[in-house]
Amino acid sequence: MERVPILKIGDVLLVSIQGDLDDQAVLTLQEDLAEKVVTTSAVGVIIDITSVEIVDSFVGRMLSTIAGMARMLDAETIVVGMRPAVAITLVELGLTLGGLRTALDLEKGIALLGRANESAETLTAVAK
Amino acid sequence: MTVQENTSKRHIEELLRGKEEEILKRWVEISSRPLRGRLNETQTAKELREIYRALLRSFDHADGATELRALLAELSRSRAQQGFTPGETAMAVFGLKDAVSELVEAEAGVEALRGFLWLSSTIDGLGLYTFEAYTTAREKIIADQAEELLELSTPVVKLWEGIVAVPLVGTLDSARTQVVMEKLLQTLVDTGSEYAVIDITGVPAVDTQVAQHLLKTVMAARLMGANCVISGIRPQIAHTIVTLGIEFGDIITKATLADALAYALRKSGVEVVGRRQTRVAVRTEES
Repeated sequence: MERVPILKIGDVLLVSIQGDLDDQAVLTLQEDLAEKVVTTSAVGVIIDITSVEIVDSFVGRMLSTIAGMARMLDAETIVVGMRPAVAITLVELGLTLGGLRTALDLEKGIALLGRANESAETLTAVAK
Repeated sequence: MTVQENTSKRHIEELLRGKEEEILKRWVEISSRPLRGRLNETQTAKELREIYRALLRSFDHADGATELRALLAELSRSRAQQGFTPGETAMAVFGLKDAVSELVEAEAGVEALRGFLWLSSTIDGLGLYTFEAYTTAREKIIADQAEELLELSTPVVKLWEGIVAVPLVGTLDSARTQVVMEKLLQTLVDTGSEYAVIDITGVPAVDTQVAQHLLKTVMAARLMGANCVISGIRPQIAHTIVTLGIEFGDIITKATLADALAYALRKSGVEVVGRRQTRVAVRTEES
């Protein structure tokens, strides 16, 4: 069965989705990712959907679910590389993916995570 | 077709073949008269000669008729592009009737008259065909222009590294919003810009539908990881939006494009500082 690889860069997990996923693959990815966040104690999850051309409500919900799951485990999720057509489809479907952070490409996504961590660190420093 | 009709048809065919030069000359004269020199006469003569030849060929076999129609369509198309009225275009074809009738009158035979009637109805058919071709050509021109206008009216401009703007001018409808949305999102991807400013200074009125379109565009941009600012909201429009009860939610709106640019610059960490006034220092030597 096809499995989506989960890569670890520092304390960030990178999931690059290639092509279109079937429902089973989505469910497996969710389980794998939750497991991996716990074992690596990652602070961020980046989902790269640059090569995803077709989305439906199921994939839209998958993104929200992953984000919710990661938040429970104290990791932030950022979706990067969404194509214009995909964005338009999601809006037309009425899925605005509230609570999900997005970035234009992988580089900006990593930068966004870095910024978030920095400000969190400064906050703790100030509190101390 | 009866024998009689056949003979009269042949008669007129012979007439057309025999006096080709004479008829053509007259036809060109008649058809260029109402145009009053708006069209090059030699060009007209060339076009009409081709049509005339095709007409003669169409008497012999069916292939000629197809060629004739193609020529007429071409004539209508070029006339439509040059801005002639459909009447003027059709008159160019009907002119042939007048040219031939003069000859037929001179001959004054029953055969010739009957043949002329047949020719007349043929030319009527051709005239109507030019009318149709003209309308089709005109509609195509209009459709092309509408498409071009759609493209022209939605430029996406780069204001700064990482900041793009779409100045919207004119009424927003679903088709235009779709084009604007696609173009804006594509530009965001191509340039890697994180800030987009949608300027609606040129939009005459904002109703619930337009607002809905704007909201959709902002949402789509947000999904892609870019921030959208809506600017150029005139006082009346702000009034209308509030009266209609449209919720813009947490979308950032600014009064002018300048405000939006300043906001985007600040957010992306660019500081704009005015140049300090240069002072002229005059030092005097102490004596």
